[in-house]
Parts: sequence; structure tokens; C-alpha cells
Amino acid sequence: MNITLRVWRQKGPDDKGRMVTYQVPDVSPDMSFLEMLDVLNEKLQLEGEEPVAFDHDCREGICGACGVVIDGEAHGPETTTTCQLHMRSFKDGDTITVEPWRAKAFPVIKDLVVDRGAFDRIIQAGGYISAPTGTAPDAHAMPVPKADADRAFDAATCIGCGACVAACPNASGMLFTAAKVTHLGMLPQGQPERQARVIKMVNQHDEEDFGGCTNIGECAAVCPKGIPLDTISQLNRDLLGALASGRTE
Amino acid sequence: MANSTLTKQRSEALGSTVALKSAMAVTGVILVLFLVVHMYGNLNVFAGQAAFDNYSHHLRVIGEPMLPHGGFLWIVRVVLLASVLIHIYAAVALWRRAGAARPVRYQATKRVQRSYSSYTMRYGGVLIALFVVFHILHLTTNHIAPGGASDSPYERFVNGFQPEFWYVTLFYVLTVIAVGFHLRHGIWSALTTLGANRQSRQRSLNIIATAIAFVLTVGFLLGPLSVTLGLVE
Repeated sequence: MNITLRVWRQKGPDDKGRMVTYQVPDVSPDMSFLEMLDVLNEKLQLEGEEPVAFDHDCREGICGACGVVIDGEAHGPETTTTCQLHMRSFKDGDTITVEPWRAKAFPVIKDLVVDRGAFDRIIQAGGYISAPTGTAPDAHAMPVPKADADRAFDAATCIGCGACVAACPNASGMLFTAAKVTHLGMLPQGQPERQARVIKMVNQHDEEDFGGCTNIGECAAVCPKGIPLDTISQLNRDLLGALASGRTE
Repeated sequence: MANSTLTKQRSEALGSTVALKSAMAVTGVILVLFLVVHMYGNLNVFAGQAAFDNYSHHLRVIGEPMLPHGGFLWIVRVVLLASVLIHIYAAVALWRRAGAARPVRYQATKRVQRSYSSYTMRYGGVLIALFVVFHILHLTTNHIAPGGASDSPYERFVNGFQPEFWYVTLFYVLTVIAVGFHLRHGIWSALTTLGANRQSRQRSLNIIATAIAFVLTVGFLLGPLSVTLGLVE
């Protein structure tokens, strides 16, 4: 396959950045999208050019490090992470546009790499439970209804890749925040801090300059882990309940 | 952040994006309920001039003698005005925030899940706001009277949508359809915001939103179109 790539190049956080077009010949359809970028980078290095910087780590679809917007879709045309996207999803001769996540909360560090520290700070604000240390409790010491366990687990599969923000027309980080709120809020261990958690996490979300959610659903549609949109409804319900309860600790 | 007390966090959360859209949801629900009643009132036009004018008169005497003449109507108007203002305030705040949240736009965009309805909420809202101003000047205060002013609400209605004022009817038709689209996503969004959305209920929520939007759209189109087409005179 011969591919024409339009890639966002940006030397650093303060550089203005621009789209640059590259030809990538002899691409195998079995290559992953990242391997295709590796091939491009080898070629660029041989030509004495700066390789295209992009984030990646496990390349198994579980770490959430990789993530670029491909032809206007976060992680590209398949609902998976960019590392699990293969070139067979494209046609010979295609022109592919590759851009970084676009959000004020995710500033570009270089080329396709963005700083997703905003997500870490949302987790720091409330995405935890207080648990005593010591020996692990018996697994059956705290019963959890199956339906709650399933819902918590579905939400817990979030890998924090940021595709929800990238895809959202409002650049909102609500699906990520809601996934964590739902994950911990469905489990008995998450109850003591449940009300304080949702308040703190929503405040941090807003402080990071994410946009507001308008329930369009682009986030859930591109989420490689299939985090359901109803987690956002759960977050809203929890926040309204926490505000109405008047509890201050 | 780590050191601030939860009391401060609570007051901050009252101004959060989630609180703003909850305000939009609640005021939106009030406005939808009003539209249902308004549509019912409009459909009285098919019962003839006496029934229509009587309905209109009755709106002004509800609650008498405990309320003054038109008192109930003014209570409703104040609630509606407050709802509209809160709805617009929250919409503008979230719109501005969304614009600031993505300073650099994508060069390539693709619509994955968004519908025409969900994607045009804000533009539709602006159109509807302008329409409401025109609509009140036209049929409530009668300052704009294409077919001649009248004290009879029925005559205002019939005069305003005569075939020679086809552009008035056209404007109404277009904005009523815009209202339909606004409601299609708005009702779904309001129910989601207020916490009613579960995966198992999403199909029902979509059906409810579409059904209410469709019924209201058709209900509001029937009156003006019937006048323009000569079915009601």
C-alpha cells in the first residue's frame, strides 16, 4: 500500500505548528497504525529529518498512552486504540490526516504528543477510596450485588486515553470523570467518600478548562473501552444528590 | 485544591458545568410542559371562533376572585420568562466555555454519533429566541399585525396566516420544525442530565424524546397551515 500522510508537526509547546505531507510507500496492510508511523520515522531519520513524535507504550490496547485523531476520528475508523488499528482499515492510495487531541486542557508538547496531566489531577481530586492497610480482607467479606459489580467493572475499564475529550464537540472530559465516579460509586468501598468525590472531581474537571457535556454521545461512540454514556447520567445524579444533601464532609 | 474544605467545594460545584446544564434541564422541562398546554390551546382553533376566544378569555379569569384578572397568566409569564432567561444564560455560558475548551480546531472532522438535532442545538436556540420575540409581538401584543389587528385572538390568528402572508406562515413552519429538532435532543439531554439515563432505558428515552418532539411539531403546524390553506377561516 502507498499512503499519503498529512501529519501535524509542532516543534514544542510554543511553536505554532502546521500540517506536513509525507509519502509512506510499501505499507503492509498487517501493520498497525503505529508501525506505519515507525516506518515513516525510520525514513525521516535516514533523510536527516526530525521523526514525528507520538505517544505509545504497551501497543496492546490496554495502557491508553497512544491516541491521535485520524481523519477526524479519535483513534481512527475502528473503535479501538490507535495501536490496535491496522492499515487494512485503509485503502491503497489513501490520504490520511493525523492530528493530536485538540483541547485546551491537553496542551500539545510536541507533534502528536499532548499533556494529559489534567486527567491525573481529576483523579487526585477524588478518584480514590480510603482503605486500611494490612493483610488483604477475605474476598467474600464484603458482598457486592452482581449487577453493581458489572456496572463498576464496565466503568473501571477506562484507560484514560482521552479519546472522549478529543471527540467531544465541547472538548468535555465528562465521560472520563463519570467513569471514575461510577466505578467507585457502585462499590461498597466507594461509599464513604461518594458525595465528596463527585463534587471534588467535577470542580477539578471544570478547573482544567474542559468544556461542559451536552449529552451528544460522541465520547462513548469512540471510546476504545466502550464506557457507556449512562455513566455521565450517574455522575449528574450523584452530584445533584450531593449538592441537595447539604453534607459538608 | 487539596487543602480547600468541602464547604467551599460545594459552593463551587453549585456553579459547575453540571449545575449549569441541570438548570438548563429543569427550565427546559418547564418550557416543554408549557408548549404542551400552548399546543392544546392552539388546537381550539378547529372548534371555531367562540371556543377559541372563550379559551383565551378563560386563561385570564383562572383563579378569580382569589387572583386578580389575568393574575394567573402573569404568574405563568413570570415563571416562563425566568425559565427562558436561565436557559439562555446557561446555554451562553456553556457555549463560550466549549469554544474556549478547543482553541485549535481539527482540520479533518467526522460525525460519528452526533445527530442533526444534537449538533444544531445552539443555532436552533438562537432562532427560537428570535422567533419568540416576533411571536409575542405578532399574536400576543398584536404590534405586528399582518392581516389587521383585532381584539379577538381567533381573528388575530386567522388574519396573520392568510395566504397573502405566506412568508409569515413559512417563518412559523421553519421555526416550529427547529423547535422540534431542539426538543428531540433537548428532552433526551434533559433526562440524561437529571440522572434518568441507564443503558437499558436509552431506547425508551429516545422514543419518548422523538414522540414528544414530533407531536408538538405537528400540533403547532396544524393551526397556521390550516389557515393558510383555507381550511379554517
